[in-house]
Amino acid sequence: MGLLPNLRFQVLSIVALIKAAWQYRGFIASSVINDFKSRLSHTRFGVAWVVLQPLAQVVIFATILSNVLGARLQGTSTKYGYVGYLLAGTACWSLFADIVQRCMTVFIDNGALLKKIQFPRITLAAVVVGIASVNNLAYVTIVLLALPLMAVYPGIHYVWLPVLMIMTISLAAGIGLFLGTLNVFARDVGQVVSVLLQFWFWMTPIVYPISIVPEAFRSTLVLNPVLPLVVGYQNVLLYSTRPPAHQLMWLALVVLLLLAAAMFVFRRASSEMVDVL
Amino acid sequence: MPAAVIVENVGKAYVKYRSELQRFARWFGISVTPLTEQWAVRHVSFLVGRGESVGIIGQNGAGKSTILKMVTGTTRPTEGTITVEGRVSALELGLGMNPELTGRENVVHSAGLMGMSQNTIHELLPAIENFAEIGKYFDQPMRTYSSGMGMRVAFSVATAIRPEILIVDEALAVGDTYFVHKCFQRIREFREAGTTLLIVSHDPTAIQKLCDRAILMEAGRMVLDGDPQEVFDYYNALIADKENTTVRTTRSAEGRVATESGSGEAVIEQLELRDAKGQPVEYVGVGQTVTLRALVRVKSHLNRLVYGYMIRDRLGQPVFGTNTHHTDQPCVDLNPGDQVEFIAEFPMNLGPGSYSVSVALTSGETHVEKNYQWRDLALVFTVANLDQPQFVGTAWVPPAIKVSTITRGALAHSFQMRSEGKS
Repeated sequence: MGLLPNLRFQVLSIVALIKAAWQYRGFIASSVINDFKSRLSHTRFGVAWVVLQPLAQVVIFATILSNVLGARLQGTSTKYGYVGYLLAGTACWSLFADIVQRCMTVFIDNGALLKKIQFPRITLAAVVVGIASVNNLAYVTIVLLALPLMAVYPGIHYVWLPVLMIMTISLAAGIGLFLGTLNVFARDVGQVVSVLLQFWFWMTPIVYPISIVPEAFRSTLVLNPVLPLVVGYQNVLLYSTRPPAHQLMWLALVVLLLLAAAMFVFRRASSEMVDVL
Repeated sequence: MPAAVIVENVGKAYVKYRSELQRFARWFGISVTPLTEQWAVRHVSFLVGRGESVGIIGQNGAGKSTILKMVTGTTRPTEGTITVEGRVSALELGLGMNPELTGRENVVHSAGLMGMSQNTIHELLPAIENFAEIGKYFDQPMRTYSSGMGMRVAFSVATAIRPEILIVDEALAVGDTYFVHKCFQRIREFREAGTTLLIVSHDPTAIQKLCDRAILMEAGRMVLDGDPQEVFDYYNALIADKENTTVRTTRSAEGRVATESGSGEAVIEQLELRDAKGQPVEYVGVGQTVTLRALVRVKSHLNRLVYGYMIRDRLGQPVFGTNTHHTDQPCVDLNPGDQVEFIAEFPMNLGPGSYSVSVALTSGETHVEKNYQWRDLALVFTVANLDQPQFVGTAWVPPAIKVSTITRGALAHSFQMRSEGKS
């Protein structure tokens, strides 16, 4: 076996993987719905909690940061500018981090299932991506509703939002699937990743503006694949400008390669996975 | 018979690497020698014909489940090949079910996991609900269920579609008697409709009821492949033989295989079934009194000797068995050369048919403690109904039937009803 044994075969097997997941789309959808159902049963407010939690975060940001701390952001006219900046950044980051984290443990958590039942294992990853995406959709909805109240008004560039979300999901799914697969065999990966995600969060301009990053480090920011996405969210939601299209094009290429690599590793690993679970 | 499952020289090794990095490197085509290889199963070959039912038995860790996993496809064999013709379904009950969701929601979820499309699921839902027979509970969260109800729902969905190959791993012994019967019934229906069955179970009855053949696994190897009763006898002997005295099998004139094991410190020299006059018999009438006589010779000093016998039906299922430990008649302090005679007298309250006797000489309650001699099919006899009213079944439970007409309905006078036992 060479380093990349028979590229055509690899491509075909990745296609087969996607096909299998597509056949199980009904199952994926019902699993996502079931997750919410089971999480919200026994609760009085039910579905409202999906919205109330992000709402609480928005309210905290809005009151504490702008009214109590009086933080202001350059380039915005409202005193809620910084809140909007924060909301835009976290909308992107929480989606990314949630997917990566869920993917880390998804195969380990479903060990019993994987051992006993033959089904396309990729569906498990698809389910957690689905759950995280629905959660994020609720958050984004709240953010969109809250922004006009803070005198940040919607613009035509909102059309970019779905593109940005899909790219964030794809990037996170690629990283998550890759690392989640490795985590089955070497459980340290999961521990390292949760620490790493914290560093990553603070290395991304989410709570601070990119302008305060010292010149010396500015060039390293290019290496952060989440950066163009976060900037995109901020541009679209707060500044009513286009996302950094050029960088996003590059990112799209990276994401595609990453997804392919993740699926390649996943395919290789999935036959051995059951042996160590 | 066309084959449904072909297992060819299959082996499964669990591999340990010096570091997981080596495993990762191997995925990218770099060859790596693993640190240790542990073979869970090796050199296993067998063939299951379409529509055939095969049971796999063996002690814990013998590799039964590993084989099933490989046939199901959740794990791949390290060497050899497995060919499966047809849709495989593993009867795994309740996996992935969520206690917070209702039975119905869980059914939809499980069926989806089995690969059914949403349309198929909704078509099958009424049938699944019917079969489970749990009434209004079907729409309540599963955490409110008793474990039996959970099993009902799980079994109903798992068997909603007849698979071409059904794989059952120790799943049948749960639930209430009524439902267990219903489950067996459904599996039998599947079998009659042509489903191939592969079962792992510790329950001899289940295997004998459902299987045409049994495979015995021991320490990852296939030891025996044959008639279920023969395999179970050998299996029992293996368990008894922890000290590794040899297990012998001999084929009797009728082609049945008798299994014998034990240390030989005491042996049964004679074993016969006698009628009331003391004559050895092979045919016994229903209800006739007989004696089972065993003459035992002691070969070395024994602290304790227990004699036991078991009558089995033609499927090898126990009909009656006891031993002198249970009857509180053990022999103690025996010396080489001693001879002991055991005579058990009993009425032959069995139904017509062929029976066999297994006998055992042990030190204690079970044959596992210290096994001097264990013989299956030591004696074969036939029960015939000579002078009793016609009946069916394996037991002779003579009834005194009273029939009396209590009241005569308005229409009854038109029938000439006659009752013999007037009260």
